[in-house]
Amino acid sequence: MLGYYFDLALRSLRRNKVLTALMVLAIALGIGASMTTLTVLHVLSGDPLPGRSSTLYYAQVDPRDMNGYLPGKSQPMYQMSWIDGMNLLRAKRADRQALMTGGLVAVQPHNTMLDPFYEAARYTTADFFPMFGAPFEYGHAWNASDDEAHARVVVISAALNDKLFGETDSTGQTLRLSGAAFRIVGVLGNWHPNPQFYDLLRKSYDENEGVYVPLSSSQDVGIHHDGSVDCWGKGGTGINPDHASRCAWLQFWVQLDTPAEAAVYKTFLIHYSEQQNALGRFQRPPNVQLRDVMQWLDYNQVVPDDVRLQTWLAFGFLLVCLVNTMGLMLAKFMRRAGELGVRRALGASKRSLFAQLLVESGVVGLAGGIGGLLLALLGLWLVRRQPAEYAPLAHLDPTMLLATFLLALGASLLAGLLPAWRACQITPALQLKSH
Amino acid sequence: MDILPILSTLRRHKLTAWLLVLEIALTCAIVCNAVFLIGQRLQHMDMPSGIAEHELVQVQLGYIGDTPDAEVQTQTDVAALQQIPGVKQVGLDRYLPFSLDGSSNTGIKLDPQQQQNTLDAGQYLGQNLLPTLGVRLVAGRNFEPGEYVDFDTAVAALNSGDLKGLPQVMIITQAIAERLWPGQEALGKTLYTDSGIPFRVIGVIAVLARQNNLQQGAQYSTYWPIRMTSADGASYFIRCAPQDKESVLKTAVAKLKQLNPNRVVLKARTYDQARRAFFANDRAMAGILVGVIAALLIVTALGIVGLANFWVGQRRRTIGVRRALGATRSNILHYFQTENFLLATIGIALGMVLAYGINLFLMLHYELPRLPVIYFPVGAIALWLIGQLAVLGPALRASHVPPVVATRSA
Repeated sequence: MLGYYFDLALRSLRRNKVLTALMVLAIALGIGASMTTLTVLHVLSGDPLPGRSSTLYYAQVDPRDMNGYLPGKSQPMYQMSWIDGMNLLRAKRADRQALMTGGLVAVQPHNTMLDPFYEAARYTTADFFPMFGAPFEYGHAWNASDDEAHARVVVISAALNDKLFGETDSTGQTLRLSGAAFRIVGVLGNWHPNPQFYDLLRKSYDENEGVYVPLSSSQDVGIHHDGSVDCWGKGGTGINPDHASRCAWLQFWVQLDTPAEAAVYKTFLIHYSEQQNALGRFQRPPNVQLRDVMQWLDYNQVVPDDVRLQTWLAFGFLLVCLVNTMGLMLAKFMRRAGELGVRRALGASKRSLFAQLLVESGVVGLAGGIGGLLLALLGLWLVRRQPAEYAPLAHLDPTMLLATFLLALGASLLAGLLPAWRACQITPALQLKSH
Repeated sequence: MDILPILSTLRRHKLTAWLLVLEIALTCAIVCNAVFLIGQRLQHMDMPSGIAEHELVQVQLGYIGDTPDAEVQTQTDVAALQQIPGVKQVGLDRYLPFSLDGSSNTGIKLDPQQQQNTLDAGQYLGQNLLPTLGVRLVAGRNFEPGEYVDFDTAVAALNSGDLKGLPQVMIITQAIAERLWPGQEALGKTLYTDSGIPFRVIGVIAVLARQNNLQQGAQYSTYWPIRMTSADGASYFIRCAPQDKESVLKTAVAKLKQLNPNRVVLKARTYDQARRAFFANDRAMAGILVGVIAALLIVTALGIVGLANFWVGQRRRTIGVRRALGATRSNILHYFQTENFLLATIGIALGMVLAYGINLFLMLHYELPRLPVIYFPVGAIALWLIGQLAVLGPALRASHVPPVVATRSA
């Protein structure tokens, strides 16, 4: 039966090509616009570390004085000071913990054909790599004793490895960073958590740091810190924040495998704050936060407002396209009142007539879906040419591909419902008589 | 033109007519808000910076390995840059207005005991900024050489709590002066930073936008007498005639590299480029909105054409009868035009209400101001025009239906 209806639908659609084209075009435009913005939204609100993100938490405490404090309203300090970061790191109360900050280092290639250049760096502690599941192409991460020993070791990204050493294993070689020599112990594999959740102030979506150096050794050689520094009270800073200064410039991440552990850890942070309060270092009442990756992204509103606005806009547009298609379909079905009347008179039930008309709108939807897909690909290509940081990520994945067709089909069936119902109300006798 | 017969015809096609009205209403509402959003973006992109935008270039350097005596190096650099033909002024600072690279900000209070800051302002540091940026003083004076403090000294003083190492004076924008001391003379008054450090106001500048955080008061900027070096992350800002920018930039980069090859050029650009990059997202959004408006109007127009064609087809006999009874072609033409005008008017009226609703929603979620009344007629006129244009074809077709149709059976 469905095959027959399908055949009927094609015949009917072919009969009035302009109207059919208009309907397909309207659905395609609506679908194209909404899928483009939905894909961007999907890419931006995705999980940067699927499977791991729910066990990784960003810890915050509040070491500031009472200036500007609003009880119950003030968020804790965005980042960690050196003293708090080190205290919490050494306490080792989580399954894994890493203290880190961003940097900028001058890379001096041994190959004199290449000019020295600046590369984004991450100064961190050993747990960073196993915690975040960073894969290694060659070599391995450094370990906790390297951190303790202030070892001059470095892990580099695959991209930097290719740039400096071609595609060969560079572990064991020496890399000169801002005048100091570091031994390469590992080369990362393909690793691009999007967005770069562990330091959102860097606002990077597609590129990770090229250089990873132990936090301890980074402080010895005076390579530059690069990132936001927030000072409170009479605290101030130059490029490299002083360890004793009242400035927060580090991020502290912990891995807690169960929610129970997370609750315990939060209590620990409160106890830590109370203890610091007693020592006179903290002045505010304990003000701590422990957010997992997705909560942290949400708190930071990583999806730009413009992207949300565009999504609303696209759905408004889709709605107009749907109403438009609904009107056209109604016109089309009503014009065939005579034919439908004959079918009714010959014994077709209202239900089968309804099914036939819905198949017809489904065919329009399918065609619109294909058109919409092409338009979405065009739209995403346009998005990728935009200057926004997230632009390079805007690609259609299989989920969104399927979603495109479901949306198109659903939309056109929805648009077909009312016209089909209206057309089924036709009194066969009246139609037959008038002809 | 008689409206009543049109209405009674429409009553026979209630569903179709309402769908058309709904489509027009939705389009009208979205177009009103989209045009408003475009206006907002354009206004944002047009924000005054207060500096001589077209006369500035920026060079930022990064050192490789240990920095030599940064102060001496900076003096040598500045002297060399001033030698370049066409260069008018050379100054140093980390950031300029509308910066994507970062910002310095400070809380400002009227009383050191105050718990909450009175306002949050952008911070400009560095030497020779006012003449270089072309910022106009409306009261008071610029800093004297003796008032400058080295950046490192100031940081050390802050950390040790010894206020003697800090500058004592500050220059503020008129916007801050009016916020702190409305209607009063700001010169000579004392303000405090969020950590309670006192500064005496010695100068007031007309306009200087902050680096970012614009939503906290785009014109709240302060200028501190702090001497920077290129090793502190400061850039050289060079002012020259607009037509010399490219050549000055090229010469400056070459000269700086030659003076000390042990450094990397991190940034070399004109201020116009930097400003364009800062507002790139707004420009893109405005472009998208224009595209959406165009697409919406096209879809709506096509929908009107489709339905009008359907109606003309359906009423061929009626039109024929009317023609046979003496209606002229222009009577028929006007009939369809009036019908469309009626539907568009109902749609627009509904659309206005909807537009207001959408605006309320946007105000709630996106920190937008209320939709000014001026935007309502924009949507109305757009839809009336589109409606009349779209219906013209089918209406003309209807007017060409010959009276003889009346005599044929359907």
